[in-house]
Amino acid sequence: MPFTKAEFSGRDRLMAKIVLSPTILAAIFFIYGFILWTIWLSLTRSTILPSNHFVGLANYYDLFGSSRWWRSLSNLGIFGGLYVLISLSLGLGLAILLDQRIKGERLYQVVFLYPMALSAVVTGVAWRWLLDPGFGLQAIVRSMGFPHFAFAWIDDPDMAIYTVVIAAVWQTTGFMMAIFLAGLRGVSSDIVKAAQIDGASHARIYLRVILPSLAPTFFVALVLSVGLAIKSFGLIIALTGGGPGYSTNVPSIFMYVFSFQRGEMGVGAASALMMLVIMMIFALPFLYLDSRRQA
Amino acid sequence: MRTSSVLSPRRWVIYSLLSLAALFFLLPFYVMLVTAFKTMPEIYSTGILALPSSLNWYAWVHAWSAATIGAASSGIHGYFLNSFILVIPAVVISTAIGAFNGYVLTHWRFRGSNVFFYMLLLGTIIPFQIVLLPMAWVEGRLGIAGTLVPGLMLVHVIYGLAFTTLFFRNYYVGIPHDLVKAARVDGAGFFSIFFRIMLPVSTPIIMVTAIWQFTMIWNNFLFGVVFTQGGQQPVTVAINDLVDTVTSVHMWNVDMAAAIFAALPTLLVYLIAGKYFVRGLTAGAVKG
Repeated sequence: MPFTKAEFSGRDRLMAKIVLSPTILAAIFFIYGFILWTIWLSLTRSTILPSNHFVGLANYYDLFGSSRWWRSLSNLGIFGGLYVLISLSLGLGLAILLDQRIKGERLYQVVFLYPMALSAVVTGVAWRWLLDPGFGLQAIVRSMGFPHFAFAWIDDPDMAIYTVVIAAVWQTTGFMMAIFLAGLRGVSSDIVKAAQIDGASHARIYLRVILPSLAPTFFVALVLSVGLAIKSFGLIIALTGGGPGYSTNVPSIFMYVFSFQRGEMGVGAASALMMLVIMMIFALPFLYLDSRRQA
Repeated sequence: MRTSSVLSPRRWVIYSLLSLAALFFLLPFYVMLVTAFKTMPEIYSTGILALPSSLNWYAWVHAWSAATIGAASSGIHGYFLNSFILVIPAVVISTAIGAFNGYVLTHWRFRGSNVFFYMLLLGTIIPFQIVLLPMAWVEGRLGIAGTLVPGLMLVHVIYGLAFTTLFFRNYYVGIPHDLVKAARVDGAGFFSIFFRIMLPVSTPIIMVTAIWQFTMIWNNFLFGVVFTQGGQQPVTVAINDLVDTVTSVHMWNVDMAAAIFAALPTLLVYLIAGKYFVRGLTAGAVKG
C-alpha cells in the first residue's frame, strides 16, 4: 500500500508530483496532443508546410481514391497475416521443442533470438543479398544441378511482398518463441502432474491441458506481432525499397513518402491516423482484458 | 517426459528439428560474414555459401573509411560514431527519468497517478507515424530540426519514457512498501529513500532498461531518417544510403561489412547480457 495522506510530509508529496510532472506534461503534449494535431492536419490543406485551411474529409477521399494506398493496405493484410501466422506457429513450435529438457537449451535460445538484436535495416540488407536471383538462393540451387530452378520473388511485383514475410519471420520468430517459452514455464506443474497421473499421453497433455492455459500468452503474442507488422518500415525499405514499383508499399512507407517526399502532408497525416486505427482495433480488446485481469 | 540418456527416436526428431531451425537462423549471418571477406571477383566466381579463399580485409576497410554515402566518400565510421553520440545520452536520460517515475508511481502514488500510468501506456502501442509531422514542426520551431543532438536525441528520450517508466514501475511494485515506511520513520525523505533503498536493489532493472533502450535506439531507422540529415544521420540510415547508392558495380562485400559494423554493438550487448535483453522483451508480456 502506498502512503496514506497522513504519512506524507507535504514537502515529499510535492516533490513526488514535481518529479513525475515533466513526464505527465510530455505524455499529454507529445502523445495525446500530437495525435489530435495529426488528426487536425489530416483535415487541412497541408502540403509541404502545415496549413490551417480546413478542407473536411478531402484528404481521406484522396487517400481512399489512391490505388497506391489500397495496394499498401492489401500488402499489410497479406504480409501481416502471413507473418503473424507463421511467426506465432514457428515460435510456439520451437518453444514446445525447447521445453523438452533439451541439452544446450541456452545455446539454442541464443541462436533463435539473436536476429531480434539486429537492426531491421541490417536484416533487410542481409536478406536482399540472400534473395538476389543472380547470387542468392536461386543461384545456389541452380549450381547444385537444377539449372531451371526459379526463385526471383524479390524482382517480381506479384511475389516481392512474400520476401518481406520471410525476412520478418526470420527476425522475430525467436521473440515469439521467448514469449511462449516464458508462458510454458509459467504453467503450473500440478495440473500437468495430475494429467500424467490420469494416464494422459504427452501429446494429449499439451493439446488439452497446457495449450489452453496459454490463451493469455497467445493473445499477447498476437498483439505484439500485429504491432510489429504495422510498424515494419526499415526492414522493407532496406529489403525492397517498397518496390519493384510500389508493389511492396505498406502504410508505413506510404505515410513516409507522402509526408516527407511528395509534400502531401494532409494525405500523409490521414494515412498515419489510419495506421493508428488499425493498431487500436487489435490493441483495445487486449488492453481491456489486461485491465480486467489486473483489477 | 523421459529421463533416460539414450537418444530415443522421439528425442532424435526433436534435436534434428531444433538444429534445422538453428541453421535457418544462422545462415544469413554466415553468408554476410563470408561475403564481407571476399573480393568482388571471388563473389562472381564462387557461390554465396563458399568460404573465402583468404581473409580479405578490403571490404571492411573500404566500408569503414572510404565507401560513398550521400555526398561524402569517407565510409560509415562517422555515422557509427553518430549513433554512439546519440545513444549514450538518450539511454542515460530516459533510464534515469524512468527510474524516478517508477518510484513515484509505486511508492508515492497520488490522486490520478494510476490513471496517468495507464494513459502513458498508449505510448508503448502507437505506431510512431502518428507523431512524426507535429514533431518535425516542433523541432523546426525550436531550431533543432535535422540535428543528431539534441534533435534526434530528444525524440528518442520522449518516446522512450513510456517504456522505461513501465519497466521500473513493474519492478518497484514488487519492493515491499514497509521498507519505505521504515525509512520514513527514520526521517528519510523522498530522494534519500530513492538513493538508499531503491537504487541499491535496482541493478537488474537498470540493466534491462538500459539494454532495451540501447538496442531500440541504436537499431531505429524511422526517427533517424525523418529527423536527421546528411552528416548528422545515425548508422542505420547511413547503411541504407550506402546499399541504395547506385554505383557502376554493386559492392556486395562492402555492403555486408558495413551492415556487420552496424550490427556489432547491439549484437555484442546481446551476447554478453542476453538474459536482460530477453527479460526486457518479455516484460509485461508474461506477468510474474
